[in-house]
Amino acid sequence: MATTELASADFERSRRASRRRARVGSISRHAVLLAFTVAALFPIYFMVSSALKTNADFAGNQLGLPHTPVFSTIESAISGGSIFRWLTNSLIFTAASVLISTALAALCAYPLSLMRWRPSRWLLTLMIALMVIPPIVLIVPLFQMVVELNQLSTYRSVIVIYTGIMLPFSTFLLVSFFSTIPRSLLEAARIDGASTWRTFRSIVLPLGAPAIVTVITVQALWVWNEVLIAVVFLQKESLRTLMVGLTLFNSRYQVDVPIVMAGMMIGTIPMLLVYLVGQRFFIRGITAGGVKG
Amino acid sequence: MNGRSADQTGTEAVALGFRARRQGRQAQRRASAQELGAIIPKRGVPWLYAAPTLLFVVAIFAYPIVTLVKYSLENVGTSQYLPTTYVGTANFSYIFKDSLFIRAIENNLKLFLCVPVMVILAVILATILYDRPRGWKVYRVLLFLPYILSIPVVGIVFSYLFTYNGSINEILRGTGLGFLAKDWLGTPAWALPTIGFVIIWKELGFGIILMNARLLSVSEEYFEAARVDGAGWWRRLWHIALPQLVPAIAFFSIVELINMLSWVFAYIYVISLGGPENSTVVTEFYIYRQVFENNAIGVGAAAGVVLLGVVSVLIAARMFMHRRLTAYGYD
Repeated sequence: MATTELASADFERSRRASRRRARVGSISRHAVLLAFTVAALFPIYFMVSSALKTNADFAGNQLGLPHTPVFSTIESAISGGSIFRWLTNSLIFTAASVLISTALAALCAYPLSLMRWRPSRWLLTLMIALMVIPPIVLIVPLFQMVVELNQLSTYRSVIVIYTGIMLPFSTFLLVSFFSTIPRSLLEAARIDGASTWRTFRSIVLPLGAPAIVTVITVQALWVWNEVLIAVVFLQKESLRTLMVGLTLFNSRYQVDVPIVMAGMMIGTIPMLLVYLVGQRFFIRGITAGGVKG
Repeated sequence: MNGRSADQTGTEAVALGFRARRQGRQAQRRASAQELGAIIPKRGVPWLYAAPTLLFVVAIFAYPIVTLVKYSLENVGTSQYLPTTYVGTANFSYIFKDSLFIRAIENNLKLFLCVPVMVILAVILATILYDRPRGWKVYRVLLFLPYILSIPVVGIVFSYLFTYNGSINEILRGTGLGFLAKDWLGTPAWALPTIGFVIIWKELGFGIILMNARLLSVSEEYFEAARVDGAGWWRRLWHIALPQLVPAIAFFSIVELINMLSWVFAYIYVISLGGPENSTVVTEFYIYRQVFENNAIGVGAAAGVVLLGVVSVLIAARMFMHRRLTAYGYD
């Protein structure tokens, strides 16, 4: 009897120890997560809180919350730059190039993923290789090309370049999603005598809709945030995109940190909305290559 | 467009027909990837669908790359009075003697050091999140937030945080670490590491999401079994999570290595413009400067060819991996 009691006491002690260990583990887990979350959020906090301060408030109080939040800084950021024109330009470039490239990529991904077609294997390999070509390498000759064609600083040229650069990635992503479409549906369509185009329209497109939204979200973020091509090919002030505009804005207002931060905040909001709406699709898009291989 | 692709189809079909026999093993693998239920199209139909994309690929990728190689062997004229002349490998010998180009390459290689740091942090954080501590979904969203901010915004915000009188130094001084305070982006020795930090800050979320998604797709039984056997957190990380994460780690590493080589222009352009004292010039920025500021197109093109060479090694690694993983059935 004594032994059993001892054993049960022993058991009790070890259970308590393991529970304690679990608690310590849980605390340290939260500590690590919290530390990294604070680090991730701090610059964002700095941006937002500074945008709500006046320059005088900021001078005496860089880190704290604004004494009284003001919107005058944001107002003067809006009136001080051409933020709305930049926004419109970014919107035009993003919408046009993402729509064109996604449409073409869907057309191309269809035979690559669902048709028996010999070249599909090496074409797909080619797309994967092209995905990682550094843009700067393409831009040097493209610039000479665009100058020779007299198309510098036009919407057209930049939309074509964005579309082309996105195509390999969009195609690759759509191929990997389209391949999961059940073959029995294709079979059924064939038996019903549907043409390839009909099959594309009534089976592939509807079933691939989430994949297409995914591609649109990922690519829209990319175009929206792109800098190099926008700097090189859009030299006219009226065509500036938001991202290039914001860097100019920065050099213009360098002494007035709150107004710069207000500009940055305004520039961030549209994409933040797109992300929040399309979060699920976006995460699926960026993890597609890594999780599935 | 239609006529051309139909022509192509004829020759392609013949050439590929011959090649088909040699591809026994590959064909087998293909059969599993592209199952038997695939649509059997009329001849040339697939080319019709692919034609617009392929046209873009020729215009935006193939033609420029050929032109780049041509430029790299020329002294490209910038007006009718300065005609283009063939100079052989002079541009290449110029860049390899140019200490700035060497430094640019070195800086890219130094940025490679960010990758192992990101991998380690991402694995640890993803594994912690996998244990589903209270509020893990909220943590995951917040940790991912930096990744969706744009590089200009991130770069500009950090360039203010890192000034001598900026918030980072203020925090250091406030916590008794004032001796560490410095002009982070104004000191040649510290500028590049600081930019590396900014890159890690922004890209880490991507790694975490990737690793977490991979872990969530792994059967939970492994972890359960290890827990029942009394394996502690570190052992579960080392013996179970890590082996399962290998494909995700490989993918993430290669993607980030490619990023460090060919997508860091925006950071440099916004944060430092290559300064101070050229300490943060990277290859992309070197090419940009040679071509668009010095009008030395041939020199820039030669540097571009070198960059392309380095990248293609990584491309090969990536394609090798893609094939391997597909063969293992991760697809």
